[in-house]
Amino acid sequence: MSAHDHHLDGHLPHEPEKATLEGRNKILGFWLFLGAETVLFGTLFAAFIALRHQTLDGPTADHLFELPMVFAATMILLVSSLASVFAVQALHQHKVKAMIVWLIITILLGLSFLGLEIYEFNTYVSEGHKLTTSAFSSSFYTLVGFHGAHVAFGVLWIGLLIAQIFKKGLTVVTAPKIYVSAIYWHFIDVVWVFIFTVVYLMGKVG
Amino acid sequence: MDWLTTVDHKKIGILYLIAGGLFFLVGGLEAILIRIQLIKPMNDFVGADTFNQLITMHGTTMIFLAAMPMLFALMNAVIPLQIGARDVAFPFLNSLGFWTFFAGGVLLNISWFAGDIPDAGWTSYVPLAGPMYAGGHGVDFYLMGLQIAGIGTLIGGINFMATIINMRAPGMSFMRMPMFTWTIFITSALIVFAFPVLTVGLVALTFDRLFQANFFETGNGGNTVLWEHIFWVFGHPEVYILILPAFGVISEVISTFSRKRLFGYSSMVFATVLIAFLGFMVWAHHMFTTGLGPVANGLFSIATMLIAVPTGVKIFNWLFTLWGGSISFTSASLFAIGFIPTFVMGGVTGVMLAVAPADFQYHDTYFVVAHFHYVIVGGLIFGIFSGLHYWWPKMFGRVLNEKLGKATFWTFFIGFHLTFFIQHFLGLIGMPRRVWTYLPGQDFDTMNAVSTVGAFLMGIGTIIFVINVIVSAANKSPVADDPWEDGRSLEWSIPSPPPEYNFKQTPLVRSYDAWWNEKQKGNAEMPPAEPVGPIHMPSPSILPLIMSIGLFVAALGFMYDHLVVAIAGLVVTFGSMFCRSVFDDHGFHIEPEEQEKGVHA
Ligand code: HEM
Ligand SMILES: [Cu+2]
Repeated sequence: MSAHDHHLDGHLPHEPEKATLEGRNKILGFWLFLGAETVLFGTLFAAFIALRHQTLDGPTADHLFELPMVFAATMILLVSSLASVFAVQALHQHKVKAMIVWLIITILLGLSFLGLEIYEFNTYVSEGHKLTTSAFSSSFYTLVGFHGAHVAFGVLWIGLLIAQIFKKGLTVVTAPKIYVSAIYWHFIDVVWVFIFTVVYLMGKVG
Repeated sequence: MDWLTTVDHKKIGILYLIAGGLFFLVGGLEAILIRIQLIKPMNDFVGADTFNQLITMHGTTMIFLAAMPMLFALMNAVIPLQIGARDVAFPFLNSLGFWTFFAGGVLLNISWFAGDIPDAGWTSYVPLAGPMYAGGHGVDFYLMGLQIAGIGTLIGGINFMATIINMRAPGMSFMRMPMFTWTIFITSALIVFAFPVLTVGLVALTFDRLFQANFFETGNGGNTVLWEHIFWVFGHPEVYILILPAFGVISEVISTFSRKRLFGYSSMVFATVLIAFLGFMVWAHHMFTTGLGPVANGLFSIATMLIAVPTGVKIFNWLFTLWGGSISFTSASLFAIGFIPTFVMGGVTGVMLAVAPADFQYHDTYFVVAHFHYVIVGGLIFGIFSGLHYWWPKMFGRVLNEKLGKATFWTFFIGFHLTFFIQHFLGLIGMPRRVWTYLPGQDFDTMNAVSTVGAFLMGIGTIIFVINVIVSAANKSPVADDPWEDGRSLEWSIPSPPPEYNFKQTPLVRSYDAWWNEKQKGNAEMPPAEPVGPIHMPSPSILPLIMSIGLFVAALGFMYDHLVVAIAGLVVTFGSMFCRSVFDDHGFHIEPEEQEKGVHA
C-alpha cells in the first residue's frame, strides 16, 4: 500500500479517483460487484419470465400497467443518469460546487422516480394485485421492488456523499466514492431499461 | 481482542481455519451419527426426523461452513504472499467477510438448540422445503444462515479478484502467477457469478415462507422446477468453486516435492479457465429425471462429459511433473499423490452419471453419494489436508509432526476408501439415498457395516490431525523461511510466520517460480523493486463484527416475526456502515527502524 497521502495537499490530479491504489482498487472492486449484481438481476428476470403468465384469478399485466406513467418514470431516471454524468465531469474539472448541484439534481430525480413507483404499487394493491395474489405478482413485486430498493439505497448513499464533500471537500479519498456512486447510478438505470422492456412493454403486448 | 478487530489477512486466514475446522468437526460428528444409524438394518439409534435433520445439516455444514472457509483460510494465508503484496485489496471487507460467514454459520447451528432444525436436505428442494411440508422455523434457519454467510463469500470473491488483478508485485505477469493463485483467481470469479443466483433463490423461498409469496407454490401458479434450476445454476459452479483451489494446492505441492517445474503450466491455466466456463453450462445434469426432455438431456449430457477433457489434461500434467522428479514423501505430498487416483475415480463416476439414460438408474441412489464424496472428500478435503501440512510452517512458524501427519494420511485415506468405495455397489444394487433405515435381507447389511467402520477410521484420522496441531503448538523450535528447502514461490522468500507487512520491500519478479529461480542463481533474497521506506497499514476495526451481529439479530427478528428486533438489527448494521463511510481511516505507518525489529508479527 504505497498510496501516500501527499496528493492530499498540493494540487489534485485530473482524475483524482484513480490517483491512489486504494482508489483504483475501489473502482475495480465495484465493477466486480456490479458483475455480481448483474447476475442477481438476471436471475430475478429469469424467475419473472418463467412466472409472468401465472396470474390465476388476479389481475394480468395487460390490465394493470399504464404505460404513460411508466414512461414518465423511465424518462426521469434517464435524465438523472445524465445529471450524474455531468457531476463526474465537474469532478474531473475540480468544480466542486457544480458537482454538488448535479448530485443534488440526481437524487431529486431519483426521489421523484421513487414517489411514482410508490404511487404505482399503491394503485396495483388497491386493484387486488398483492405480493400473495399469484406467482406473477410475487415475481413482479420482487423484481421491481428490488430495483426500487436499489434506487432508494442510491439516493441515501449519494446524499451521504454530498454531506461528506461539504465536510472534507474533494480529495483523493472522496473522489473515488463519487465516481463509484455514479457508476452505480448508471447501472440501476440500465436495469430499469430492461425492466421497462421485459416487464412493462412485454406485459402490454402479450 | 486483537483477533476481534484484526484486518490482517494472515490473522483472518487463521480465524477462517479455526472456525472452518470447528464446523468440520461438527459436520464430521453428524456424519458419524448418520453412519451409526445405518450400521445395521432396522436400526433405531436416531429417529427418522433426526436422521433428516442430520443429513441436511451435515451437507450444508460441510459445504458452506467447513470446506469453503478452509479454502478461504488457505487463500488468505497464501495469496498476498504469493503475489508479493503487502495485503489484500480491501482489508476491512476481508474482516467483514469472515464475520458474516461466522454469524451465518452460528445462526444455522443454533437451530439445534432452538429445536427447529432444517430437514429438507442441503438442496432444500421445494415443496419439501416450502411452508406446506416444512412448518416451523427449521428451513428458515437454512435460508437466513446461508444468506448471511453468502454475503461473506461474495465479499471474499470480489476482494481476491481485485487483489490478484491490481496488487501483483512488479514483474509478475498473469503467466508468471503460481498455479494456486491462478485457481483462486478463477474460483473467485466463479463466486462472483454464482453466489448471487443462490441469493435470489434464498430470497424467493424466504418470501414464500415468511410473506406467503408464490414463487414455488404450485397451487398459486408457482413452479417447483424453477427452484431446481436456480439451485443448480448456482450449485454446479459451486462444486468447481470447491475443487479448483484444491487443484491449485496439488499443483504447488507436487511441483515442490518433485523438485520440478510444474509440467505444462500454460495448459494448466487454460484447463482451469475452461473447466470454470463449462462449469456454468452443465447444471441441468442434476435434473435429468425432472422431465426436461431428451433434447435438453442430450445437450447437458454432452456438455458435462466435455469437462472430463480439461480435467484429464490436469491429471496428466501432475503425473508428468512427478515423472522423473526426485520425490520426497512428506505428509503434504502423500495427500497430494493420494488425491490423484481418488479424484480420477470420482471423475469417472461423474462421466457415468453424465450419461442421461444411465442416470435414471443411478439417480438418488448411493452411487451418487459415492460419486460426490469421491470428488469432494477425496478431492477437496485431501487437497486441504495437503495444503495445511504444506503451508502450516508459513502460517504458524511451527512444523507439523511428520509421523503424526503420515498417520493422519493413512488412517484417513484407508478410512475414506472403505467408506465410499463400497457405496458405489450399494447404489448399483438399489439402495436409495436419504433413507433413514433399510430392511434386512436386501444385501445391504454387510456393505453398510463396512462403510460405517470406514467412517470411524476417518474420524480417527481427523483426531490424529488435531493432536498433531496441539503437539506442534507445544513445540517451540523456530522454523526456517523456506522449511522444505525446495520452495518455489514468493511466500518462501520471507520469514515464517511473515511480519505484519509481509514484504519489507516489494520484490521484483523476474520469472515464473520466481523464488526458485533466484535460488538457482545463488541469490539469498528476492531483488527489491523499491527502496526501504515507511509502510502504510490499515488500522484494525471492530465494525465488521458489530455489523455481522446486527445481521444475525435481524435474521432472528424476521424469522420469529419480531419486527422491532429485525429493524434494530438492521439499524446496527447500517449504522456501522454509516460510521465507516463518514469517518475516514487513514491507517498508520511502520517506519524502517521498526521493520528492522520485525515487530508486530
Ligand atoms: C468430471 C467431472 C464431473 C462429472 C462428469 C460430474 C457429474 C455429475 C452428475 C451427472 C451428477 C448428478 C447425479 C445425479 O443426481 O443423478 C453429479 C452429482 C454431484 N456431483 Fe459431480 N461431476 C463431476 C465432478 C464433480 C466435482 C469436481 C464435484 C465437487 C467438488 C462434484 C460434486 C457433486 C455433487 C455434490 C453431486 C450431488 C449433488 C446432490 O444431488 O446432492 N462433482 N455429478
Ligand atoms: Cu453438477
